[in-house]
Amino acid sequence: MRALLAYLPLAIVALLWEATSRLGLISAHVLPSFSAVIEALWQLARGGDLLANGEASLGRSLLGFGLALACGTALGAGMALVPWVRSAVDPIVQIFYPLPKSALIPLVLVWFGIGDASKVFLVFLGCLLPMILSTYNGLRGVDPLLGWSARSLGASRLEVIAEVLFPAALPQLLTGVRTTIAFMFLLMVASELVIASNGLGFMIGSFGDQGSYAEMFAVILLVTALGFLADRGFLLLSDRLLRWRA
Amino acid sequence: MIGIEIEAVSHGYRARAGAGMVALDNINLSIPANQFHALLGPSGCGKSTLLFLIGGFQTLQQGRIRTARGAVTGPGPDRGIVFQNFALFPWKTVMENVRYGLEKKGVRGAEAEQRAKHFIDLVHLTGFERSYPSQLSGGMQQRAAIARTLAIDPDILLMDEPFGALDAQTRRIMQEELLSIWRATQKTVVFVTHDVAEAVFLADEISVMSARPGRISRRVQADFNRSSDKNVHKRADFAEMVETVWEMVRSEVDEARGH
Repeated sequence: MRALLAYLPLAIVALLWEATSRLGLISAHVLPSFSAVIEALWQLARGGDLLANGEASLGRSLLGFGLALACGTALGAGMALVPWVRSAVDPIVQIFYPLPKSALIPLVLVWFGIGDASKVFLVFLGCLLPMILSTYNGLRGVDPLLGWSARSLGASRLEVIAEVLFPAALPQLLTGVRTTIAFMFLLMVASELVIASNGLGFMIGSFGDQGSYAEMFAVILLVTALGFLADRGFLLLSDRLLRWRA
Repeated sequence: MIGIEIEAVSHGYRARAGAGMVALDNINLSIPANQFHALLGPSGCGKSTLLFLIGGFQTLQQGRIRTARGAVTGPGPDRGIVFQNFALFPWKTVMENVRYGLEKKGVRGAEAEQRAKHFIDLVHLTGFERSYPSQLSGGMQQRAAIARTLAIDPDILLMDEPFGALDAQTRRIMQEELLSIWRATQKTVVFVTHDVAEAVFLADEISVMSARPGRISRRVQADFNRSSDKNVHKRADFAEMVETVWEMVRSEVDEARGH
């Protein structure tokens, strides 16, 4: 009950939204009423459009995200543990960090065409840096005395990495993954808006071009809900994994 | 039998401005097996550095350190360590922490459980086997850390101000318990502290260290740790020795300040 009450402000926003359109404060053409958007969402879902496009979007995004998770963790760990890897990778990370990855969309279009590969690559690129940095910072932040303890208890250097450094850095690693999930949704929609023939981002773009604003808002609402659920689900998983924290 | 032989050990840290800082200058120290040895000195005298060198955690720059098992070249389970801030694995329960070193030794399953339980009982943590460190008080965390180290049965127990983070009452209790464990297990103990009364109460021998560069300036023998007297702290000869050793430490501090 309390958990539901926490979302009361959302219900108020929905009501205000509905009232604004109904009272004609903003033209229903520019801002369709909340109920009209829900109706559009229902129609799109029934037609199977949402499922097909949602599958396409999530399929390519999760692929890019998974690749970034694997490569980012490996590179971040390499930077934290091997001095020459740090020397090699750090300047590249520093240069690319402030660059908005969406700025590369036109270039990626030229390289990979409009197929899945371009979106997978963009999501990968956007997710890679936050994963590298959170892994690097997480592992570097581990109290060295934990490693010393393990060594004096008989652990080898490799065992210290696997059994001490990664578990000790897990809170920061999970925070990094959470940020990365947000980047995944961002780049999914941004890349599909520009280069795609299907996907949720593509739907938002094409409904907007057609002036079908109720449908456009319906898809935006769906993407928001997906992002929210992914974040909540991940938080629940994190809390389970970090039960040992006070 | 030798416990630890330290020969001509010097150690420096590179300071920011280029000029090096000498943390230890030509330390020679022979600690017999089973001795409770205190390294006492003001902060910055290098006593922890010396302890970490014995532990093999830092690379020896000059000199030699030997134990009954030979030259120290790196960390090993023959030299267990207890840190001031416990350094327990926070994602493991008390039982899992204590079992960790046993499993590294190849002890597994029910036997590891049983051996770990023995040491958990020894440090009076019975009933807290399934607790995580974050659920325990500082004193209890340090008990768990001591159990974890004792479980691997090291020849040498290195302790870096292990009770420094505890309140006064808990510290006194932990000191008494450490002594009874030491009497029962007969290990060589190197105990770093800046608390004079603690050193006098616990140690067979105290090395008083001077700061910058870190040297051993005095060696003092004590035997209060052999006493079964519960009120050693109130005895006149105890107070007298604390005063004597305190004067030695003070003269080192004054000298370091340039008085």
